[in-house]
Amino acid sequence: MASTTAGTSTAGRSRTDAVPTYEKPRVTWQAVRKFIGIIAIVVFCLGPFYWMIVTSFRPVDYTFETTLWPTHFTLDNYAAAFSTKLGNHFGRALVNSFIIGVFTTIIAVICGIFCAYALARLQFRFKFLILGVILGASMFPGVALLTPLFQLFTNIGWMGTYQALIIPDISFALPLTVYTLTAFFAEMPWELEEAATVDGCTPGQAFRKIILPLAAPGLFTTAILAFIASWNEYLLASELSSDRTQPVTVAIAAFQGALPHQEPYTTVMAAGTIVTVPLVILVLLLQRRIVAGLTAGGVKG
Amino acid sequence: MTATSGVATGEAARAQTPQQPRRKSLHAGEGRRGLLLVTPTIILLAVVIGYPIVRGVVMSFQKDPGFNRATGTFEGGGFAGFQNYTRFLFNQCPTATGGTIKCPPGRIETLFWPSVWNTILFTVITVAIEVVLGLAFALVMNGSFRGRGLLRASVLVPWSIPTAVTAKLWFFIFAYAGIANAALHTNILWTAAEWPSRFAVIIADVWKTTPFMALLILAGLQIIPDEIYEAARVDGAGAWQRFTQITLPLVRPALMVAVLFRTLDVLRIYDLPQILTGGGGGTNGHATTTLSILVVDQIKQGFNRAAALSTMTFLLIFFVAFLFVKFLGANVIQTQQTQRGGKI
Amino acid sequence: MINRRKGVAAVAVVGAAVLLAACGGSSGSSGGGSSSQAAAGAARGPITYVQGKDNSNTVRPLLDKWNAAHPNEKVTFKEQSDQADQQHDDLVQHFQAKDPNYDVASVDVIWTAEFAAKGWLQPLEGQYAIDTAALLKPTVESATFNGKLYVAPVTSDGGLLYYRKDLVPTPPKTWDEMMTDCSIAKKNGIDCYAGQFAQYEGLTVNAAEAINTAGGKIVAADGSPTIDSPESVKGLQRLADAYKNGDIPKQAITFQEEQGRMQFEAGKLLFLRNWPYVYSLATKDATSKVKGKFAVAPLPGDSASKPGASSLGGHNAAISQYSAHKLTALDFLKFLESPDTQRFLLTQASNAPALASLYDDPALNKQFGYLSTLKTSISNAVPRPVTPFYPAVTKAIEQNSYAAIQGAKTPEQAIKDIQAAIAAQGS
Repeated sequence: MASTTAGTSTAGRSRTDAVPTYEKPRVTWQAVRKFIGIIAIVVFCLGPFYWMIVTSFRPVDYTFETTLWPTHFTLDNYAAAFSTKLGNHFGRALVNSFIIGVFTTIIAVICGIFCAYALARLQFRFKFLILGVILGASMFPGVALLTPLFQLFTNIGWMGTYQALIIPDISFALPLTVYTLTAFFAEMPWELEEAATVDGCTPGQAFRKIILPLAAPGLFTTAILAFIASWNEYLLASELSSDRTQPVTVAIAAFQGALPHQEPYTTVMAAGTIVTVPLVILVLLLQRRIVAGLTAGGVKG
Repeated sequence: MTATSGVATGEAARAQTPQQPRRKSLHAGEGRRGLLLVTPTIILLAVVIGYPIVRGVVMSFQKDPGFNRATGTFEGGGFAGFQNYTRFLFNQCPTATGGTIKCPPGRIETLFWPSVWNTILFTVITVAIEVVLGLAFALVMNGSFRGRGLLRASVLVPWSIPTAVTAKLWFFIFAYAGIANAALHTNILWTAAEWPSRFAVIIADVWKTTPFMALLILAGLQIIPDEIYEAARVDGAGAWQRFTQITLPLVRPALMVAVLFRTLDVLRIYDLPQILTGGGGGTNGHATTTLSILVVDQIKQGFNRAAALSTMTFLLIFFVAFLFVKFLGANVIQTQQTQRGGKI
Repeated sequence: MINRRKGVAAVAVVGAAVLLAACGGSSGSSGGGSSSQAAAGAARGPITYVQGKDNSNTVRPLLDKWNAAHPNEKVTFKEQSDQADQQHDDLVQHFQAKDPNYDVASVDVIWTAEFAAKGWLQPLEGQYAIDTAALLKPTVESATFNGKLYVAPVTSDGGLLYYRKDLVPTPPKTWDEMMTDCSIAKKNGIDCYAGQFAQYEGLTVNAAEAINTAGGKIVAADGSPTIDSPESVKGLQRLADAYKNGDIPKQAITFQEEQGRMQFEAGKLLFLRNWPYVYSLATKDATSKVKGKFAVAPLPGDSASKPGASSLGGHNAAISQYSAHKLTALDFLKFLESPDTQRFLLTQASNAPALASLYDDPALNKQFGYLSTLKTSISNAVPRPVTPFYPAVTKAIEQNSYAAIQGAKTPEQAIKDIQAAIAAQGS
């Protein structure tokens, strides 16, 4: 059986076990500190977001009101966001963003896993060069990619298709995915694979059954980040998408008042709120997976 | 198969057998397999990013078409040598007669060095703040308590909002009549004065991307086994000692990846300053102009010069990343090899 | 087993990449247009009309009307976003790729020279000529480059001076008069005058208005700079002085159109320079404190005899050089300029028409109280610099005006720098 990595004999103790009584005072102070920390985080992260939501409930005339809750509550902005009267299809844009995000994430994570496994666990030439190339890909200003990609996709007839948006998004997500996963795979102790091999696993099985579950926090983290990056992408989407395939970022940019020069902040805030909600739900669903796989006993065999 | 470190138990055993650069292959064909696994990624990157980069470099050595006043059309181009680079680096604009003069104010060339300075300033300040905040957030989130999932979801909210919406939100908050001035009882011209506009951009960016850092660092924290902390606590190590001797070194790989990518991101920042301040601020009107904003402005005025500007941005970022990797040890391979060497 | 699977996958990916690279190598070849059959001969057929976001729902009804009358030459609507920059880039990308699918494009007045000089627009001469006699003169000026008409004016726009008629019964006719009226603002504890002074295109509009009103001229017909003149300095000096002594409030340096409108509606401004859209909003907004208390006038001029020179806004319709059905496109242009369409654009979307006769229509004047003032404004308007280097020119004007207004450099120096910056173009 594989050996343990930690040298202590207190294997298997989880964080929530009761502590000896003499530690109680320290636990209380720690809990208070933690509580303050949590409040601070919530205020920091949700404060401006709260302002965004509150603004979305204000009528356009009261945009710059500074009260904590709208004096004239209205859902007009949400109706305006979803209305298809003027040819907007915000609902469809949401679906598009979702499709593009899911494909981007899945492919980027899979490619990233392959690549990171090779870089972290296998020996072959040019490793440093490849790492450098992958890192180099995230150094080029995105705005400069627009024209060449536009012409490339026009030439091969991919304008306004989903793949025209998915493929660049994957490439933007890959450097981060590869680097993060490489860091995680590299952290895994060698003994795991060797022990598994000794027990008769092929490298692929060792990878699938042992390494991958342990790297689950890293996997789901990069998946979420890749999804959000694709969800947020605007520049290329604005040029390469058609009415049918445009994602929410482009759809939001299309919000304007009925009159030229008019800028309805309130409707944009409503759209922003709508766009954030699916992501929050997604994170709520996936956040369990970010928790360490270690407590599930993977290392201790 | 040659001898490995064997199935020795634990760190003690690993420490006893310091491993040399390892044996040739764990299994046959490892090298080939490795390259094969890497191929899809490389191909995707080559097509989407490599091709435009190469094309950009080629274009940067061409002249933009000149305007023929007689015919009223643009024509010609031709080879430009390094002119597209020197005009930005040395602020020398070619004249119609073939010489060069110092570029007049109002030309993009005069904004090159100010925007380099702005970009680096943003990068250093933003990343520094985000590391501290991200680490703090991650430490708070790393633990089991009720509502942990909700906390994590709320931490991700700033990152989930599309940048364009975030920029509009902060533009709106920082407007003269907006909530920032109202809450602070001030009359600051957040989008027009020099340092306030820079801080407006920094605050908006920190708000938006601290979750990114926090999440990556949290994932790194989660990997650290509890036993190590227990052992240290039993040994009498205090909280601060546990933090500096255990947490920081072990979270370092994840932290370094996060810092590296954030740095590369901020060096290319475009959406936020463009929508928040238009690149303006200060009496000279370019306190928040970053290199990417300059590239976009230049694209409107001449593609080949814009390609030169992009290439220079790329080289600057490459240089920064190089420094990073060399001096701060963001090299992930190093971790693996020291691990195998039994050091952890 | 794993090796083979991975090997097959790798080969497939490599194969796809080779295919991509091979096909993507050449630039400039078209991606297959829908109307590409007999492109050379058939100058009539279905076309596509490209325009930014149609918020007021004017395009679709117009197209329905056209399509009913022309079943074999239907027009499809390609809608861009509402951001001017994105619209511009979208057109540039498609023109550069020689896309035959963009037949008629709605072009902002400031892009005309640039697109014309790059050879992307079909000049409206010969068999493509249109009659411009019935249009407001400045709109035709903005559509002309190098002596040729390249686009058909469709909508226009001019700046108006909004003023509080309860505090200032007679609007000022000159800038100096307006500055004198500022004492009334001080007496009532409000700010005097604001325009659009943030560092963006709106600043060029305002600065150009100040310069042109004082008698300066930014560029000559061939695009060479003529801004360096005492008149231009006088114009810019006016803005700088007003900012220095507080007649233009300090926060106006952050104003785009909306912030100024909101300040005016909150009753905090005596005079506001803005576009016509403010009129209906200031009258109808629930929070507007100036309902019934404001009126519009032409921009204040240099002397009482001539109103100020507003900058020209609006959009023109252009025929793409790469369109396969140019004769249909030409007819569509004429349709857009027809009296019925122009009237519809005004009533439905409050767009200022290019057709001069509509401004004298009594019914329309009753519906749009600002209409006759707008006509004066547009008739005296001066287009922003008609030059193919407009992006560079506007940047130069923005940067230097911004500095001059805030007192970071003297107006003389700013004007000289703008001149030098424009002169350094084309190389």
